[in-house]
Formats: sequence, structure tokens, C-alpha cells
Amino acid sequence: MKIKLRDIAHARSGDKGDAGNVGVIAYDDKGFEIIRKHLSKERVKKHFEGICFGEVERYEMPNIRAINSLLHNTLGGGGTVSLKHDAQGKILASAMLRMEIEI
Amino acid sequence: MKEKIRIASGQGFWGDLIEAPYWQVTKGPIDYLVMDYLAEVTMSILQKQKNKNPDLGYARDIPGLMKKILPICKENGIKVITNGGGVNPVACAEAIIKVAKDIGIKNLKIGVVVGDDIKDKIDDVISAGCELNNMETGESVKTVKDKILSANVYFGAFPIVEALQIGAEIVITGRTTDTGLTLAPMIYEFGWKANNYNLMAAGTVAGHILECGAQSSGGNFLGDWQSLENMAEVGFPIAEAFPNGDVVITKHENTGGLVSFATVAEQLVYEIGDPKSYITPDCVADFSSIKLEDLGNNRVKVYDVKGNPETEFFKVSCSYASGYSAIGSLTYSWPQALTKAKAADKILRKRLENLNLKYDEIKTEFIGYNATQGPLSKELNEDDINEIMLRVAVRGKDYDSIERFGKEIAPLILTGPPSVTGFAGGRPKPSEVVAYWPALIPKKLVKPEVKLYEL
Repeated sequence: MKIKLRDIAHARSGDKGDAGNVGVIAYDDKGFEIIRKHLSKERVKKHFEGICFGEVERYEMPNIRAINSLLHNTLGGGGTVSLKHDAQGKILASAMLRMEIEI
Repeated sequence: MKEKIRIASGQGFWGDLIEAPYWQVTKGPIDYLVMDYLAEVTMSILQKQKNKNPDLGYARDIPGLMKKILPICKENGIKVITNGGGVNPVACAEAIIKVAKDIGIKNLKIGVVVGDDIKDKIDDVISAGCELNNMETGESVKTVKDKILSANVYFGAFPIVEALQIGAEIVITGRTTDTGLTLAPMIYEFGWKANNYNLMAAGTVAGHILECGAQSSGGNFLGDWQSLENMAEVGFPIAEAFPNGDVVITKHENTGGLVSFATVAEQLVYEIGDPKSYITPDCVADFSSIKLEDLGNNRVKVYDVKGNPETEFFKVSCSYASGYSAIGSLTYSWPQALTKAKAADKILRKRLENLNLKYDEIKTEFIGYNATQGPLSKELNEDDINEIMLRVAVRGKDYDSIERFGKEIAPLILTGPPSVTGFAGGRPKPSEVVAYWPALIPKKLVKPEVKLYEL
């Protein structure tokens, strides 16, 4: 069965230099088990193909049912240098929630 | 010692809701109003203003705001803490003194934290053996030294604590961490020791939740955002802090928005890297230790936060001039809006190429199609697209080439694909690109200084 990430989680993203961070927060414990299993570095890197050109770091925050992904080389040089409309990576969170997961 | 204190967030950035600080001091009881005005880009803008006029260089909203809220703060004993002093906190304090006199306030103590500005001391720092190597690339600051516009050290909570201890009712700082503004009153009121890292971390986490204003009380909430009520009068967050480090995040009654597990959790993950290692000048907070409990009725308890000792370094942020950029846009309409916009982009690029103009980067985005989600954007049936805004941006070292780009995009109106409009703003002008140079400096090389100004 395929589920949409946006049905089991919400998220917020922001910038850290040229890296963007995306914190995905599951609505419940079951949802957290799904994102813990499926939001791997590799899966996130593949999802952001053509957007994230660097390494992906992955951190777990079971205390708030969250997975934080740090996407390096993603914001076109970062905040003030970037020519991107979304220079601060504000939309990476919504973009992440497009993901569909096979469970 | 007080049993609890209420610390209210009044601004999340310079440009935030102007009424918010007024709401915070009038809609319910608070002890402290904290306001974060400084983003990285703000420092270079303020430095430019100070270069033109030595009396400027701080957030100029502050004197006007103080005129409005100072009598209320005096009456209710509310203290104000802000980093809006920017690159000229002394001038900011003087401007507040002047405003206070104008409105008939008889006595006022303003603490000013200085010493963060090391722009004129970079050579000394290098001589002392610290080359301010770029935290991302490892390069020495010498490579950009001649182009530096501003250089500021991020101080933590303790210089603010010192100002409160000598009686300041208002504390104005330059570059201070956003989190330090909230942690400081807790240290001061509860007598927390600097080496109690769990308490330092508890106050730091509260600061992180408050530092972006309403972003923890319903603003930019990607959960069930449509269920939020009265966002027009959104309540900015308030941290109710207790001596044992427990904090309850809440907002004034009868305000809009929401403080819930979900809204606070979203702010906790905002702009963080490794959650176990949230580094500030005061401690290294462990965000994976934080416990959140939704108490209902817009109250979320934050507790059990763990912290580790601070590092031996302050972070430094230098800004430096790095060429120019310009952005131009045109709007193409149905039918074939996207095809037209793509054709226009191709023509523009060919003309730039024919003129032999060189740029570090040319970026094209189609607003209405892929400008915010790039390759993740859904393919659209051309007939369903009503309009597309073509957005082209260029960046480079040569001013004239950037200026010429502005002169090449306008003619597309008469010399390119049809159904085009939206060129009311004139030719895009080159603007200076300010780049950032993040570095570390040993704490022993910098000394925060606290001054008291009295009326």
C-alpha cells in the first residue's frame, strides 16, 4: 500500500548556510516508525535529486517523533548569494511531504 | 526569588509584525519583552547605514516602538531585552533616552552590551594566531579581508545578565544569540550558575522556541493550518519559566493562533543540524532530550532538557562584498504560457551570449510551475496553465555586465513571444551581493563590555 508522507507527518525547513534542513514530524507513534524506517539518507537524497547536490545527514528525534535531514549544497550558495526564489529553503518542507511511501 | 517569570517574544526578525510588542505588553501580564531583530543580512545593511551616518546602524523601529510601550513597561515593571542595537547599540540607547525625555519619563536605566564588533580588530585577531578560518571551506579570512563589510561575534546570555544586575530596565545589545535574549532573564531572576548546563540548555531551548516570534504559535504552521483561528491577531509566544528549568510555552488569552505540541515541535526543528549538539556561547543543548507535553488550552510544557559544557569559542560572522546580482521578471499568459516563457528565456540567453557577457551564474525559474519545488514539481497540461512568471537572475563580479542584463530583459516585451506583461518596475538594477564568512574565535580574544546609560 502506498501512503503519502503528508498524511502521516508535518514538517518545517530552513537554511543553514548553503544547506537546508527539513524536520519531519510524525503525527503519532505509528507514523514515526514509518518515517524512521523510510526517511533514510539515500531515500531523501534521491527524493531531492536535482535540488540537493551534496551529502545528506540524518538525525533522529524520537522525543518529538521527528527525523531531521540536513541537505548540503542545496540553496545555490546560501541566503544572500543564492539566486533561487526560495533562497532560504523555506519550501523544502512542503517538497519533502510530496514523498510517497510503500508500506 | 520569583516563583516564575513570563518572558514574551515581540519580534522574530526586523520586519516582523510592528504591533506584536505592543500586544505583548498590553494583552496580559509579562515580566520581560525580548525582541530579536538580527538576521545575518541585517548586520551588513546596518553597517552600510552607519558608514553613511555614524548615528545610525541600529533597528530604527526601536525608538518609535519605545515611545509607545515605555510608559506601559515602566508602570508594570516590564524589562525589555533586544539585540536591535545592531552595529551601533550605543546610538540606539541614546535615541531611546531622547524619546523617554520627550514623553516625560523621569528616570530610566539602559544597559548596553558592546564589544561584539571586531571589524576594526581583525588584524589584531590574526596576529594573535586566529585566522578566522571559514567554517565551511577552511580558508583564512585573509582572502576576503579587504572586502569585509562587518564582523561581529555572537555573545551569549551573560553580558545581558550583567546589565540586569546593575539595574538595567532595558538592555540593548549588538550581535547576541537569539537564544541568549531569553536565557538571560532566567539566569538573572533564578540565580542559575553558568556551569549548570541543564539549566543553560533549558533556557536556550525556550529561546529557540521564542526567537522566531509567532512561528511557534501558529505562524507558518504546516500541520492543520486551516484550523487556526484569528491569525490576524495571532498571539506571539510567551515562555513561563520556573526556577527548576521547566518552561511552559503559551500566549496571551483572547489572541489568535495556537500553541500546541505540533506548533512547538515545528519550531524546535527549525534551522537545526545535529539535535544533540545545538551550540551556543552558553552551553551545548541536546534537543533530542527535550520533553514536550501538551497541557491543552494553548499551554505546552517543555522540560527535562539536557545540556553539555559550552565550547571555548564564540562564533563570528563576517559579511563581505561579493559582486553584484540582478533579478528580472515577465509574466506570460494563456495560451501556451509556459512554452512562451521558456522561449523568451532562450532568446534572452542567446542575446547575452552574443554580447559576450560573462556571469558566475544565470538562473531561470518559472513561477507558477517550478520555482519553489524544482524537479519535484508536477508536470502540467499546458492548456491548464493560466499564466507563468518568468524569473531570471544573474550574479557576477562585473557591475556593467549585471547592469546590461537589466537592459536586455525589458526589450523582450516588444521583441519576444506574445501575451507578455508585468514589466511595471522598470529595468532591474544591480544590487551588491553580500556574502557571509562564518568562523570561530577563541573566547579569550574578545571581551563583552556592559555600559549603563541613565536618565
